[in-house]
Amino acid sequence: MSGKEYRTITDVKGPLVFLEKTEPVAYGEIVQLRLTDGSMKNGQVLDTSDDMVVVQVFEGTAGVDLGTGVKFMGDVFKLPVSKDLIGRILDGAGRPRDGGPAIVAEGEADIIGAAINPYSRQSPHDFIQTGISAIDCCTTLVRGQKLPIFSASGLPHNDIALQIARQAKLKDSDEEFIVVFCAMGITAEEYNFFRSDLERTGALENAVLFVNLADDPAVERLITPRLALTAAEYLAFEHDYHVLVVYTDVTNYCDALRQIGAAREEVPGRRGYPGYMYTDLAMLYERAGLVKGKKGSITQFPILTMPGDDITHPIPDLSGYITEGQIVISRELHGSGIYPPINVLPSLSRLMGGCIGEKTTRDDHKSVSDQMYAAYAQGRELRGLVAIVGEDALNERDKQLLDFSGLFEDKFLRQSRDEDRSIDETLDLCWDLMQNISTKYLVRLDQKYIDKYHPTEKK
Amino acid sequence: MSDEKGVIYRISGPVVTATGIRSRMYEVVRVGHEGLMGEVIELHGDKSVIQVYEDTSGIRPGEPVVRTGQTLSVQLGPGLLTQIYDGIQRPLPVLEKTMGTFIERGVDADGLDLEKEWDFEATVAVGDEVAPGTVIGTVQETETIVHKVMLPPNHSGKVASIESGSFNVTQTVCTLEDGTEIQMMQKWPVRTPRPYQQKYAPDTPLVTGMRILDFLFPLAKGGAAGIPGPFGSGKTVTQQSLAKYSDAQIVVYIGCGERGNEMTEVLDEFPHLIDPNTGKPLMNRTVMIANTSNMPVAAREASVYTGITIAEYFRDMGYDVALMADSTSRWAEAMREISSRLEEMPGEEGYPAYLSSRLAEFYERAGRVETLEGEDGSVTVIGAVSPPGGDISEPVSQGTLRIVKVFWGLDAGLARQRHFPAINWLSSYSLYPQSLDQWFRDNIASDFPEIRTEISSLLQVEAELQEIVQLVGSDALPVDQQLTLEVARMIREFFLQQNGFHEVDAYTGLEQQYKMAKAILTFQDSAKKSLAAGGQLEDVVNVPARTNLMRDRLEKGYLDRIDGLVDEMNKQIAAAAEEK
Repeated sequence: MSGKEYRTITDVKGPLVFLEKTEPVAYGEIVQLRLTDGSMKNGQVLDTSDDMVVVQVFEGTAGVDLGTGVKFMGDVFKLPVSKDLIGRILDGAGRPRDGGPAIVAEGEADIIGAAINPYSRQSPHDFIQTGISAIDCCTTLVRGQKLPIFSASGLPHNDIALQIARQAKLKDSDEEFIVVFCAMGITAEEYNFFRSDLERTGALENAVLFVNLADDPAVERLITPRLALTAAEYLAFEHDYHVLVVYTDVTNYCDALRQIGAAREEVPGRRGYPGYMYTDLAMLYERAGLVKGKKGSITQFPILTMPGDDITHPIPDLSGYITEGQIVISRELHGSGIYPPINVLPSLSRLMGGCIGEKTTRDDHKSVSDQMYAAYAQGRELRGLVAIVGEDALNERDKQLLDFSGLFEDKFLRQSRDEDRSIDETLDLCWDLMQNISTKYLVRLDQKYIDKYHPTEKK
Repeated sequence: MSDEKGVIYRISGPVVTATGIRSRMYEVVRVGHEGLMGEVIELHGDKSVIQVYEDTSGIRPGEPVVRTGQTLSVQLGPGLLTQIYDGIQRPLPVLEKTMGTFIERGVDADGLDLEKEWDFEATVAVGDEVAPGTVIGTVQETETIVHKVMLPPNHSGKVASIESGSFNVTQTVCTLEDGTEIQMMQKWPVRTPRPYQQKYAPDTPLVTGMRILDFLFPLAKGGAAGIPGPFGSGKTVTQQSLAKYSDAQIVVYIGCGERGNEMTEVLDEFPHLIDPNTGKPLMNRTVMIANTSNMPVAAREASVYTGITIAEYFRDMGYDVALMADSTSRWAEAMREISSRLEEMPGEEGYPAYLSSRLAEFYERAGRVETLEGEDGSVTVIGAVSPPGGDISEPVSQGTLRIVKVFWGLDAGLARQRHFPAINWLSSYSLYPQSLDQWFRDNIASDFPEIRTEISSLLQVEAELQEIVQLVGSDALPVDQQLTLEVARMIREFFLQQNGFHEVDAYTGLEQQYKMAKAILTFQDSAKKSLAAGGQLEDVVNVPARTNLMRDRLEKGYLDRIDGLVDEMNKQIAAAAEEK
């Protein structure tokens, strides 16, 4: 473009700058602002017309005045992509943060990302073993899935995410994942925790980090995950890597979205979040999966903290409608000292059905998982009853189920932070625990599996 | 039209304002140098407000806008079946061929394959009087479906010439005396309902093979149903089961703003599934529309109309069509998003004030009709609703419930207990039994409605008893009430729960449904007798034959064996009393 610099700002409001009398500016175009003190800021066009252009400034508008020069760069936001991204740490706008050299680009990719043609997708069906029993047995993770962790403040979601990133592998395979980690408004302390753990285990060499911390500009958070996913798509679909994208915290991302919406005086939807938040989140979450004819894959592991532990809050709610299940962390379990405190009851993996069974995990997996789940659900329900009528009022079946629910939490859920259980170990453990319920109450189990696996009743 | 020079004035996300054209409402326009497809949705003096069906990044004010003179239309004719479209009827396989894995923009694609030749067989002769909707010929479109080529609704006259043979959809197959040339393909604007002679009251059930739906809350052919439920409660699985097993002749499945991977699963699975009613691949009767959540929002808004127009087209041939829309909430949200970009005054929760009238208009396009040709055809609409937080007091659920006569309420609590389909039997309802009961009496069993009433009242009684059990425990109840709880448990575990992925259990015919329900009531009767004769509840409940009766529903040939299993159960229960 002409490279002309405009000094026609009329209004500055929150992260937005309004200016008039410009050349025709493209929707989504990248903008550079030169402040009167000589410092530079970046932004993007949100609304454009003959009379008025609205620019959102990623670094915030502190220091912007009506004399600030605005230059339109003639193109939409692109990330220089390269295999060299692996092992690097970048900031929230894609600049090196690790003191290393600039990325030598093999190409440039539009960070908005086009939608994958549903017809070109390939169904995900490869079982990923995380080594965590609760996930492997009850909410199985599949390569190409997007499975968020619904957590809340003060819970060990970061430990779980790291443990998964560390242990995740295909069954009977040493193939490793490339981890793309994207931090959105988390604290420096949390970031250091992630980073040092990745360093300690040597995973940093196989990772790309995009980091926007709590004291970095909030609006920049809106592009950080897009950069991370663009890098992930490049590595997966151009270089055949299997990529695991961990991003945290989606709640901060949504709050930044709300901030922009408020500054534009948009009509808000629920709780002040913009009405298009579903579409916006979908444009992140849907960038997961496998496509026909490409070897690589993108598996997403977003972390979000539910404000007030409320799963019906718009952020977890809209996320749940887009993602293929969720892993819910429970404060109650955490309080009783269980790690990982995964509440399997509201947790779900939508892609599980197609990826478990004889060929991938084990023939009894579905049956066992259903039975464990049902028995635990009933056992948990009985706890409420026992609190009122006492344990003596229970019949035999209910007593067994009640005891089982305790064992489920203590033996099945509980495992240490570096304990990597294979799927066989997990399923054997299930059978071990189900011995405590007499078989006539195990109605979800197929008889043929009882004959084959039950520790005392097998034939 | 041609001397107009339209230019873009403003761009805000999917909404573009243009000046310099005198467009009509809902006219399709081409926007920018790349010719992105858009539709005029508002006029302000000289300015036309356009919703654009593709991503608008990089488009600038000053780029051209060109009118097409047409409203958003679909191409109708042979070649619709087995196809998979995006929200504006672009075939996804064609898009893959022209632009690869990712959906780029500015690409146009015809809804029908214009090259492919079909064997057209004329069914009228020269000199015949033809009117709108008259079938002038047929094409064997798929193995199971005969496509009837109809005279478009705005033509009539005497046939001057007509020819059987191999034609593509744009070649003239018939000429009228006034010189009108008729092709197999016709276009129809999606926002206009297709005409028919009159609507009838529905009197035939849409058999879905799902016990809780068919037996307790039946839906009529030509009716409309809403399935609201929070995420993870099984809306999509239910919708897919309906698409697979319902006894409609044509199925239109709209994935509106849903997950990409789930759509792929449907695409992978359907070609391999066999229609239990015809024994042929299900794909043969299916049209799919997939506009996933990250595809452009305006095309999502259009997808629902594209789908229902295709459904009406097949209805006009005299077929029973079932349309599944998953999910109408995404459609409503698309309306909300566009509306907020237009800076319209919002109604409830930011939705536009016209939300409920749009919902009503859409569901009103369902119905059993007498077609222009005098045939009987129907469109049944089943819309999934995704209420935020599962709370159905929100506008989309409420707007839907005001219109539909069947409510299948999904329940997160049931899903959490892995009770599937997680349809709550206490809150769901159907207003069709009155009009359908005669059909059930005539075709299944004369006491079908009575059995249904007994089953549902048992469930009602259970709910009341459960409240007491919560307080005092089940052992504190008298024996007859404990038995009622047992019977209700049998209804839930044996009858209402159904595994949509199990090869046998996924589909249950009406006759078997009836027998299973009857078996439960038989158990209740013989258990009562046995208890009166001194039997113990524990023994009566645990007779092995009852377990067999329940477990064997997963085996093939169950319908033939069920009577024998019930007899055996009765014997054992009677024996339980004698042992004492």
